[in-house]
Amino acid sequence: MTELVIFSLLNGLVTGLLLFMLSSGLTLIFSMMGVLNFAHASFYMLGAYFAYTISTYVGFWPGLVIAPLLVGVAGALVERYGLRHVHRHGHVAELIFTFGLAFLIEEIVQFFWGKATKDYSAPEILQFPLFTLYGQNFPAYKAFMILISVGIFIGLFTVLSRSRVGLIIQAAITHPHTVSNLGHNVPLVFMGVFGVGSALAGLAGVIAGPALGTFPGMAFVLGSIVFVVIVVGGLGSLAGAFVASLLIGWLQTFAIALDWSVNDLLALLGVSFDADHALRDLWTLSLPQVAPILPYILLILILIFRPTGLMGKRET
Amino acid sequence: MSVNQSTTTGATADGVEPAWKRVADEQMRRGAFSRTLPVWGAAVVILMIMPLVFPSAVAVTIMNQMGISIVFALSYNMLLGQGGMLSFGHAVYFGLGGFLSVHVMNSVEYDGWWLPLPLLPLVGGLFGLAFAIPIGGFSTRRAGTVFAMISLGVGELVAACSIIFVAFFGGEEGVSGDRTMGPPVFGFEFLSEVEVYYLTAGVVLVAALFMYLFSRTPAGRMANAVRDNEERAEFVGYSQRYVRFVSFCASGFFAGMAGGLFAINYEILTEENLNLVTSGWVLLMAFIGGVGFFVGPIVGAIVLTLLQTVLSNHTELWQLYVGILFVLTVMYAPRGLTGLVAMHGPALRSGRLGPLVAAYGVALVPLVAFLAGAILLLEMGNVANQSVVGESEAHVFGLSLDVSTAPPWLVAAVLAVGGAYALARLAPRLRDAFGRATGAAGGAP
Repeated sequence: MTELVIFSLLNGLVTGLLLFMLSSGLTLIFSMMGVLNFAHASFYMLGAYFAYTISTYVGFWPGLVIAPLLVGVAGALVERYGLRHVHRHGHVAELIFTFGLAFLIEEIVQFFWGKATKDYSAPEILQFPLFTLYGQNFPAYKAFMILISVGIFIGLFTVLSRSRVGLIIQAAITHPHTVSNLGHNVPLVFMGVFGVGSALAGLAGVIAGPALGTFPGMAFVLGSIVFVVIVVGGLGSLAGAFVASLLIGWLQTFAIALDWSVNDLLALLGVSFDADHALRDLWTLSLPQVAPILPYILLILILIFRPTGLMGKRET
Repeated sequence: MSVNQSTTTGATADGVEPAWKRVADEQMRRGAFSRTLPVWGAAVVILMIMPLVFPSAVAVTIMNQMGISIVFALSYNMLLGQGGMLSFGHAVYFGLGGFLSVHVMNSVEYDGWWLPLPLLPLVGGLFGLAFAIPIGGFSTRRAGTVFAMISLGVGELVAACSIIFVAFFGGEEGVSGDRTMGPPVFGFEFLSEVEVYYLTAGVVLVAALFMYLFSRTPAGRMANAVRDNEERAEFVGYSQRYVRFVSFCASGFFAGMAGGLFAINYEILTEENLNLVTSGWVLLMAFIGGVGFFVGPIVGAIVLTLLQTVLSNHTELWQLYVGILFVLTVMYAPRGLTGLVAMHGPALRSGRLGPLVAAYGVALVPLVAFLAGAILLLEMGNVANQSVVGESEAHVFGLSLDVSTAPPWLVAAVLAVGGAYALARLAPRLRDAFGRATGAAGGAP
């Protein structure tokens, strides 16, 4: 049991921090521009594919730097020439635009890289078990993922709270007009934040590609979960996004690890059920089975009972 | 009789109508249902003769699919176009209505239930409604982003449930039935596709008529009001939440009806029918067609079904083309294909369409060149990227092009770049011509 708990904690931490890398950019973009960027996870996918192609030429490490930069530039271009154009039609039009973009990016990725999973793997220097506990290995690459994520978290926090740019961004989140009147170029700040947010998503893709697989559906798999994270955490709240990322990371890993089912509960209560009944699936429901839907149940509960999210100030 | 006076007295003394007046007049004219009767009559005739014009089995299948898509997209537009609610989970009501319809179909076959097949879409609709009531109960509190997020959550939830509850959803292979086991209706047992076509066409007509009439009721009108300004709607004394809830339930009903039609046509439903892909597809159909018009989703459903069935036979890149079309629509034609056509209404009424058509005719040449070049580049690029070693032939427009040699690339690039350049040069002249034709001073941007 201890073994299970320790490894679930670690794996949940990896997933949670990865989610945070995506959700931090998304929640910043949302709080500044009011845009829920549906295509955010698509930038994550682009990061993985760019890094894969770069790694085939010059190896993993240059890709770790170049790919997020490329994705950041792509994000800034999308903001400048796409989103800003659609902005005058309102937030719903923006949401539809980013949805279309997500659809389009998936098709573009299939156009260039095909439908099959790409053989993008961790560098050999990181392919060893970091430590062995109860006979189970913990790969060094996962530790590397934790390290990068924590580094990004600290860096982001420092920039936002200590630097001049960070202060302008924080001000532009709540009072964009005042910041504009003070002579700052708010559209440029928007473009920059969108670019940096996309680059963070790209970086998440670079380090997640080898661990979770690099395939055209990878954006789809993670996209909705990232939405859940930022709504649960409270739109616009970085701290909330952090808490919600870890919460959902652990929720999913523990739900998969703990093989409890309604069946066990029934057995405990001494109740039996008819194996051919139409409701049989309900009585054999197990925790690993419902793991994929837990985040969505959490999302709906939060939206009904606490629309501001865990740590958000404004209502969604 | 219809209210027609407003059209004749609409123009002011100097012959130029103020914009608001035009809009108000249009609304008045649209408001009179009897004026649209010829359109409905034409629709009946077209639906009747379509299988005679296109008698092949493939065409009938495609038309059946169009019918399903039309009902589904129209029901979606009750949310997005008329109610201002952007949903990412509309397939839930379509899919659940469809699944329950198949189960009812099986009960007719095995448990001896009595239900003529033409009533099955109604059953599907009632099931769609039954799910829309509780979900709408909590999700219609706000519109905009919150509504979109809740609909996404519900959509993902139901899609994930469909994999868990195998007894109901049939797991990977889905649930299938047999439509021919019900009591015959006037001797029809719905064995052939054409019989199913006429059933589908009838349901499409009835559903479209009722959805149109719904948009004319006070409930439909208030849905527009809440979409445009929820605060003012509250001032008039309507609860925005209740108004949205009514639209949502009606929309769920008709989506379920489309699901019932799907069940009749394909006799099988799978997880795919209620997941996010289907929800996204219906958004594409409605939006590309034009959400601001009642006929918009119908146009979108027809065009996208054609792309899905016909274009997919010719190229594996069809989804890329649909994606590009969608993004371009969102960016440059937010009123959709119908909006592009409707834009020329004023020019047609004032009889100044001629010079504009001539200007379009000039632009058509570089446009065709650009499209041909771009498509050639994409198709050849696809072959160059994907194909196995040794295979370097791209088949486009009936041509076989060797992508390992330079000339095809050169020709395609010249066509694409040249076309784009000429179009960019022609754009100001087109804008001027459009401005002159529609009477906007100095050419509207």
